[in-house]
Amino acid sequence: MPSLHPTAFEDCLIRVENVSKIYSLDTSGGASASVNSQVLFDVNLVIPRGQFVAIMGHSGSGKSTLMNILGCLDTPTRGHYWFDGRDIAALSDDELARVRNHNIGFVFQGFNLLKRMTALDNVATPLLYAGVSRAESRKRALALLDQTGLVKFAAYQPSQLSGGQQQRVAICRALINNPPLILADEPTGNLDTQTSREIMAIFQMLNREQGITVVLVTHEDDIAAYTQRLVRLKDGRIVHDEATAQ
Amino acid sequence: MNLLAVVGEALRALRLNRLRTALTMLGMIIGVAAVVLMLAVGQGAQTTVNQAISSMGSNLLLVVPGATSSGALRSAAGGVQTLTMGDAQAIAHLPSIKATAPIITGTAQLNYGANNWSTSVTGVTPDYFAVRDWAAESGALFTEADLRSGTRVVILGQVTAKNLFGEEDPTGKTIRIKNSPFLVGGVLTPKGQSLDGRDQDDAVFIPLTTGQRQVFGNQFPGTIRFMMAQARSAEVMDEAETEMNRLLRQRHRLSEGMENDFTVRNMAALAAVATGAAKVMSIMLGAIASVSLLVGGIGIMNIMLVSVTERTREIGIRMAIGANRRAILGQFLLEALVICILGGLIGVALGVAGAWAVSLATDMVVVITLGMIALAFAFASAVGIFFGFYPARKASALRPVEALRYE
Repeated sequence: MPSLHPTAFEDCLIRVENVSKIYSLDTSGGASASVNSQVLFDVNLVIPRGQFVAIMGHSGSGKSTLMNILGCLDTPTRGHYWFDGRDIAALSDDELARVRNHNIGFVFQGFNLLKRMTALDNVATPLLYAGVSRAESRKRALALLDQTGLVKFAAYQPSQLSGGQQQRVAICRALINNPPLILADEPTGNLDTQTSREIMAIFQMLNREQGITVVLVTHEDDIAAYTQRLVRLKDGRIVHDEATAQ
Repeated sequence: MNLLAVVGEALRALRLNRLRTALTMLGMIIGVAAVVLMLAVGQGAQTTVNQAISSMGSNLLLVVPGATSSGALRSAAGGVQTLTMGDAQAIAHLPSIKATAPIITGTAQLNYGANNWSTSVTGVTPDYFAVRDWAAESGALFTEADLRSGTRVVILGQVTAKNLFGEEDPTGKTIRIKNSPFLVGGVLTPKGQSLDGRDQDDAVFIPLTTGQRQVFGNQFPGTIRFMMAQARSAEVMDEAETEMNRLLRQRHRLSEGMENDFTVRNMAALAAVATGAAKVMSIMLGAIASVSLLVGGIGIMNIMLVSVTERTREIGIRMAIGANRRAILGQFLLEALVICILGGLIGVALGVAGAWAVSLATDMVVVITLGMIALAFAFASAVGIFFGFYPARKASALRPVEALRYE
């Protein structure tokens, strides 16, 4: 297992340096009347390849904002974020979309599958955005569903699946482009205990067997216990960062 | 994302909201159908006018007597008879003139067996048929010899022939005009309606001299009702008009300052006015129909804006899994375009069917060309791109984080 806090640049998949995020809530009269609210204060975080990290914190702690920045869905107001050695702040919208498509798999609390689209098409969609043909995308999505034992749901729409099944389809979608990183935002928040355990087992398996880096936001201690490292955020600052007792 | 996949996505999204898609499309369908139908009617009107003009004969000038003043009394054109056979012969010798056709007219009762028919009887010279570019369909036209000797021979228009003879062949038969027997020399080819709406085929023609001496009688022998003159070419029309005016003033001994007792009308100018009017009507009809297409376009924009708002979360998800701005823009633009193109296709079919129904139900001429179908279709696509662009841009400009948070 690599060290918890690596220093060598090339070992880091994620390197966050002094990142602050300030939202300016425009009220009525332009810049002078805007109210700034700072959500992150000089956050420093380094995550090496192959680590399984939990980020915890109460609502309003800034953990979602940090996740959005890690996921290239948002950019920091100040500071730097290197993903896989690339400075994210320097990337254009299209390049960010490309990073999300190729290098990051998202898993959400609400599953966020595309409605009225089959599980197969949901899994295949990221490939379409990567420029793969429809036939080839479907073939690869079907193969992945087959590997994960979901092939019998291929033709089902999300509304016909249980929460656990939907989340497993969503994980397949996150994996279809073989990304080095999976970001999971409260992936078990809508699931019962038994299903939560199954989903966490999948993440653990992906991390151990395929070496995929998994960053997980949660507010449940027993979910965090599946991970190797726990980062705790409070009021926009990291207040706790150490290996979990495994 | 390749184009085929984007089209597939668009079709799928449109199928999810069938009723809404159908109603939005209806706006396009009605718009395109209206444009096609109105263009067809307008083109039909232009065709009708053009046919009437070409049936008149080419490079024609009309000379009518009148616009005369004797002392304080002034009369409208045609009010008095000031033109003579001599005038016509003199004009025929002008260098810019190819031929003249002096004409006298009247109305008479025609009899053949038990049938009778009242129609216009026109006395003309053989040149008349050349000037009007009018040939015999059966039999033969009368000759200079008939004109000189005042033969009782008559040439029938199609409609008159049908009314007097039915299916019988009139050539060689004898009809009575004002109770005088006339030998039918032949029947003319059909001409159709004239510019002023008269049926040119409901007429008979006799030699001018026969008319003057035996049918109409005239207190001023040698005068004619009006005359047609054919210029040698379209280029010399203006020249011919000037020469004719000068010659007639001279022949009528009109001194400087006296008004003309005749009027020369350039038929080409008249035809140009009629063609112009038909063209303006055609454009007006098309423009009015385009307004409905525009309204349909606004309907598309409205629905697409609603759709973008409703699907904000979907847009967020798509961006999270790697859709770039162009992909989102393309997806929504294509949805608008698919509505327009499908609506356009149905609209064209409906417009063509409507035009066909109009031509069946009325005696209006409608003309459908491939060009106008292409025009309506291109216009519909342009409307789709124009009104689809703003909502699509709005969708693609969403920030991924905010779109994902949207409930």
